[in-house]
Amino acid sequence: MNSPLRSLNPEEEKLEAEGPIRADLLGAICPVPILEHKQIVLGHGSGGKLTSDLIQKFFLPAFSNEYLERLDDQAVLEINGSRLAFTTDGFVVTPIFFPGGDIGSLAINGTVNDLAMSGARPLYIAAAFILEEGLATEDLRRVVDSMRKAAQEAGVMLVTGDTKVVNRGKGDQIFITTTGIGVIDSPSRISADRAQSGDAVILSGYIGDHGIAIMSQRENLEFESNIESDTVPLHGLVAAMLEASPEIHVLRDPTRGGVATTLNEIAARSKAGIRLDENEIPIRESVKGACEILGLDPLYVANEGKLLAFVGQKSAEPVLERMRQHPLGRDARIIGRVVAEHPGMVLMKTEIGGTRVLDVMFGEQLPRIC
Amino acid sequence: MKYVDEYRNHKVAKKVVDEIRRIQTRPWVIMEVCGGQTHSIVKHGLDYLLPEGIELVHGPGCPVCVTSLEMIDKAHAIARHPDVIFCSFGDMLRVPGSQADLFTLKSQGADVRVVYSPLDCLKIARANPEKKIVFFAIGFETTAPANAMLVWRAKNEGLKNVSILVSHVLVPPSIAAILQSPQNRVQAFLGPGHVCAIMGYREYEPLVARYKVPIVITGFEPLDLLEGTLYTVRQLESGRADLENQYVRAVNREGNKPAQKLIWQVFDICDRKWRGVGSIPKSGYKLRYEFRDHDAERLFEVEEIDTKESQLCISGQILRGIKKPHDCPAFGKECTPQQPLGATMVSAEGACAAYYAYGRHLKREDLVQVA
Repeated sequence: MNSPLRSLNPEEEKLEAEGPIRADLLGAICPVPILEHKQIVLGHGSGGKLTSDLIQKFFLPAFSNEYLERLDDQAVLEINGSRLAFTTDGFVVTPIFFPGGDIGSLAINGTVNDLAMSGARPLYIAAAFILEEGLATEDLRRVVDSMRKAAQEAGVMLVTGDTKVVNRGKGDQIFITTTGIGVIDSPSRISADRAQSGDAVILSGYIGDHGIAIMSQRENLEFESNIESDTVPLHGLVAAMLEASPEIHVLRDPTRGGVATTLNEIAARSKAGIRLDENEIPIRESVKGACEILGLDPLYVANEGKLLAFVGQKSAEPVLERMRQHPLGRDARIIGRVVAEHPGMVLMKTEIGGTRVLDVMFGEQLPRIC
Repeated sequence: MKYVDEYRNHKVAKKVVDEIRRIQTRPWVIMEVCGGQTHSIVKHGLDYLLPEGIELVHGPGCPVCVTSLEMIDKAHAIARHPDVIFCSFGDMLRVPGSQADLFTLKSQGADVRVVYSPLDCLKIARANPEKKIVFFAIGFETTAPANAMLVWRAKNEGLKNVSILVSHVLVPPSIAAILQSPQNRVQAFLGPGHVCAIMGYREYEPLVARYKVPIVITGFEPLDLLEGTLYTVRQLESGRADLENQYVRAVNREGNKPAQKLIWQVFDICDRKWRGVGSIPKSGYKLRYEFRDHDAERLFEVEEIDTKESQLCISGQILRGIKKPHDCPAFGKECTPQQPLGATMVSAEGACAAYYAYGRHLKREDLVQVA
């Protein structure tokens, strides 16, 4: 036991006499992996890998067609020579009222933005309401009023709808599904599979606001912040960008799963590599602080009023300049570029000069222990 | 952001790295003990900033990873009780036991809740007097005071429906176990900053004296880690083995006395099984006898559960610094965060998950090229 390299003092000798603290080196041990969920788990709805598994396993095989297979947030349909964008989205946010918005404005803006990301001018909205027995009519009035204002602001009409009520405990106050239709005037063909080597990656402003605003309101989180959701309709900004240049290849709003997950989807669909510079990504101090405390990564936190644009190299500056003149694009920045190397992967140069790979989010983003 | 940006300054980082390069004459193997440190190293790409001869290996300091399968099975057995509200830190939910994970139990109707602070359980207990509230008390010395406070308050406030399932582990015995292993390669340690903020660093002094190994108590920001590495390399190059404290802004020799007092009021030292390592004597906490009415293991009679762990991956060797994640043939192929084969891939703090998330399954050339 005595190593020739060291001599023991009395205190150490006492320790030695107690015998070594010995680990039973059992060798490798591992839990059996859970590969198949027999039930739906929350992670299936997070927009990450589990959601994608669900789509691949159930929805695509059942409904397979050329539109669905594109896996965009909207379908672009050609009817009698005009191009229509068509989309639908369900809203189940808790709490239903949060700083900067509520489930009503979110339902209108979310669908307007899904249409806008194809370059479309949003026109008409349909809405279905699932109400839980016991919901205060005053709350419903507030939500509906907020939807009216959001629709007016976005210039869309709510033209048809449906209402159902479920037993207490079978819903969570109010669920809203909105479906939207818009017309594409621009000749640009915008899709997640069109990113090309050399494209600039433009982000329209500060990220993480929506997700953190929602989290700050959850009952089990005791922190106060003045962070507000960024929920806004983005079609005006998109129209301005398309005026500046038709060379816009991809548009996406980084909602669930955040900027990192959205960029990964684009990299995979376009079979291109993406390189980011962490120093260029605009994140508010308050959002950074909240993420540091909660152990979250702002790159995976949801946004409801931001967009990512992939723009041809030569058009990047004019598009960026035009965005900055628009109130919703004032803080727009080029955060990276598309490269021919490492197709399907997103790499980021970190602020300290190292390199990090951004992967898709798996399941829900879980707060870390320490 | 103030108090963060100062520790991520790339110009200062370069100076520290240059200094390490200047004094280094031979390769060294240094272990960072904490999962949080591992996470920071790969998140900021520090391992690629350091000279090639400095090898950082990742220690056992991820509480989720080292919690034994047996303990997870006990947790699941308790969470399945219909009158239980089972509360846990978030990243414990995805760790599979023998049959399921907590997410799956939740989808089957178990009331499983994520809490940020153990003390949230008091609120839940008051709001649900007809239910039994059980908190999964895992972690190192860092989380021990808050977990102790939960039990202490539950007892003193007469909340009989609060109990905790204790799976606490301690750092110093695990360092000793690593050093005593015949396969040990570790020549110096970056000590656990957060643990020492609570416990102080007195108890590391005998380790340094006995094993003649440099230990530098280190923080979690990139510059902390680079500076800690510089201190260890300085010691190694000059043949010294001292205890140094890089994390002076949070850590002193004595630690947080009131927190320690609370720990000793509530917990006793016990032997503990570590996933991937086995049983280490005197390496954990258990509840003291006075708090037996808040001991979930006793209340739910799960003491008898004794799960044998199977031999599927090398996470045990990774937790002891003998191997690195990419030494495993399954890493990034059969074993990913989506389909974890081992605990080190499950937790975001686990070495495998950190390696995967930050692209360490790629070639070094690809990554260096970007920087």
